[in-house]
Amino acid sequence: MLELKDVAVARSERVLFDGLSLTLAAGDLATVVGPNGAGKTSLLRVVAGLSRAHAGRLHWRGRAIDEGDPVYGRERLYLGHQPGLKSDLSVSENLRFLLQLQGAGFDQGTVAACLAPLGLAGAEHRPVRALSAGQRRRVALARMRLSGCLLWLLDEPFTNLDVDGQALVAGWLDEHLAAGGMAMVASHAPLGTRHPGRRLQVELGA
Amino acid sequence: MWLWFHKLGSPPYFYRTAGRLIPWFAIPAALLLLAGTVGGLAIAPPDYEQGDGFRIIYVHVPSAYLAMFGYVAMAVAAAIGLIWRMKLAFAFAAACAPVGAAFTFLCLATGSLWGKPMWGVWWDWDGRMTSMLVLLFLYLGVIALRGAFDDAAKGDRAAALLAIVGVVNIPIIKFSVDWWNTLHQPATISKLSAPSMTMDMLGWLLTMVVGYMLFFAAVVTLRLRGEVLLRERGARWIRGLDGRA
Amino acid sequence: MSGAWTAAGALARRDLRAALRRWGELALPLCFFVIVLTLFPLGLAPERDTLAAIGPGVLWVAALLASLLALETLFRGDMDDGSMEQLVLSPQPLALLALVKALIHWLLSGLPLVLLTPLVAQAFYLPTDALWVLALALLLATPTLSLIGAVAAALTASLRRGAGVLGILVLPLAVPLLVFGARATDLAIQGQSAAGPLYLLAALLALAITLAPLAIAAALRISVD
Repeated sequence: MLELKDVAVARSERVLFDGLSLTLAAGDLATVVGPNGAGKTSLLRVVAGLSRAHAGRLHWRGRAIDEGDPVYGRERLYLGHQPGLKSDLSVSENLRFLLQLQGAGFDQGTVAACLAPLGLAGAEHRPVRALSAGQRRRVALARMRLSGCLLWLLDEPFTNLDVDGQALVAGWLDEHLAAGGMAMVASHAPLGTRHPGRRLQVELGA
Repeated sequence: MWLWFHKLGSPPYFYRTAGRLIPWFAIPAALLLLAGTVGGLAIAPPDYEQGDGFRIIYVHVPSAYLAMFGYVAMAVAAAIGLIWRMKLAFAFAAACAPVGAAFTFLCLATGSLWGKPMWGVWWDWDGRMTSMLVLLFLYLGVIALRGAFDDAAKGDRAAALLAIVGVVNIPIIKFSVDWWNTLHQPATISKLSAPSMTMDMLGWLLTMVVGYMLFFAAVVTLRLRGEVLLRERGARWIRGLDGRA
Repeated sequence: MSGAWTAAGALARRDLRAALRRWGELALPLCFFVIVLTLFPLGLAPERDTLAAIGPGVLWVAALLASLLALETLFRGDMDDGSMEQLVLSPQPLALLALVKALIHWLLSGLPLVLLTPLVAQAFYLPTDALWVLALALLLATPTLSLIGAVAAALTASLRRGAGVLGILVLPLAVPLLVFGARATDLAIQGQSAAGPLYLLAALLALAITLAPLAIAAALRISVD
């Protein structure tokens, strides 16, 4: 489904790595590991479509990914270092916007059900400004789960999360993969997923 | 043709080719500028209205011409760079901008020098001069924007987009300034317009224009080689140059 | 395509809400506008003839500078909190989202300026008949300014010190707006028809609405890269 062919990634014109090829199919999880500066974030940004690959090609569903590709845009979710939340808006307003932006539906009940295990029950109407960094991360993860996207691209999803939060996210990843989803995750910490599907490890800077 | 285009896009090949081209621009440029200067200053007859004062057009007119040509060339290169992702085109745009800005400044400076005897003041809000001033601001914007980025590749793309936005706006700005000018100075005829030229005046002016164009080509090529070196500073082929090439 | 309109509406609502919850920031460019206008009589002499003569030009220049001040924040917040990445990555046409953001920005910074100008114009002794033309000219010129300004704001969005560059980029491009706008006001003060420059301002607006969103979108893609 997602195919990378001979991809090279550069930052400020300096090539970080090249010749990366990989294929992700339904249920596959790719973890991206490597020391700081190896290009984990750069790789995820290239796969997401924020930056261009220095060389090589990226395909989704057998077709090259264009700039602003609507199909890929609908089915790929990217969660970077910044959660992308407006601090003056409430949790529910933020989620509604992000979901509608992606073309996904917004349902009050589903959102509440998703927020409850995150310890954010009843926080729907609190402004994001009043949340801690970990709680904001949780809101961003709720959006990930609600988006209905097929491919999750997560850059350090565990940042600011406590142990419970990490276990919860690992469980969600398992569910997502079991349902035929795909994920590419850059993380320093072990993910702790249990899903028996195919696992790939992308080692950068080795 | 495509193969040649592709080959030219490769920095080492371009670097060598450009190096060989420079004398072909620079030597005729020097000869034409020398001939034009002597011809314009000494041989051409004085203007019956403006006397010897008109001779500044031999600098003013070619630099005005190149100021505009430089911006368009920069914008075309910028578009090529953005559309075909050609790095050499960005380097060309980067090499062009300061040269074009320098000609714009030269045009303004000579216009001002010319204005002093003609108008009695160093600056008059003449339509063409005002347009040139705005053009200088547009050049400065492109240069400043490129310089403001830490990431050179990003700065190239941003400056390229700005150059294209600028080139779309230039006709509108020019029109609005002319319009403004005719409204506010209905009586005075713009004295910076070229005096009625006799054939020998015009001949020397053309010599100067061609000389300026070749000079522009030589300077931009020289700067472009510098840009290529700067951008490729990590590359292997540069270490093989050993200062001769 | 309905998804795109839903998303555009959602973006408009989000920007409006977020801005109105910080209405104090919205008032800043307006205060700046009024203060600049106050400085002119103080710097010159408060003679009615002088002020009436320079009034139209001063009003237009002050309006330009005030909108420049407001532009600085147009994309900054979205860049800082990561929303811009999500906008760029969304399946919706980025040019449409860019147009929505520019128009909401106009609604919050340009329109208040339009509404305020006829009031402050009293201080420059503009004849009452000319106020309508002035307001109409500003109504046509300020959205164009927001769109042109948004291109420049998008180009400088990723720069830490973008403010200085922003002015150099926007003001030369705003020359036609200033010329036509001030001319329309002048004509109205002299009691003549200002239709010509008003049509030109309308034409510029049409051009800006068509082309600027594409340029903003391209600039935003460069900025998030």
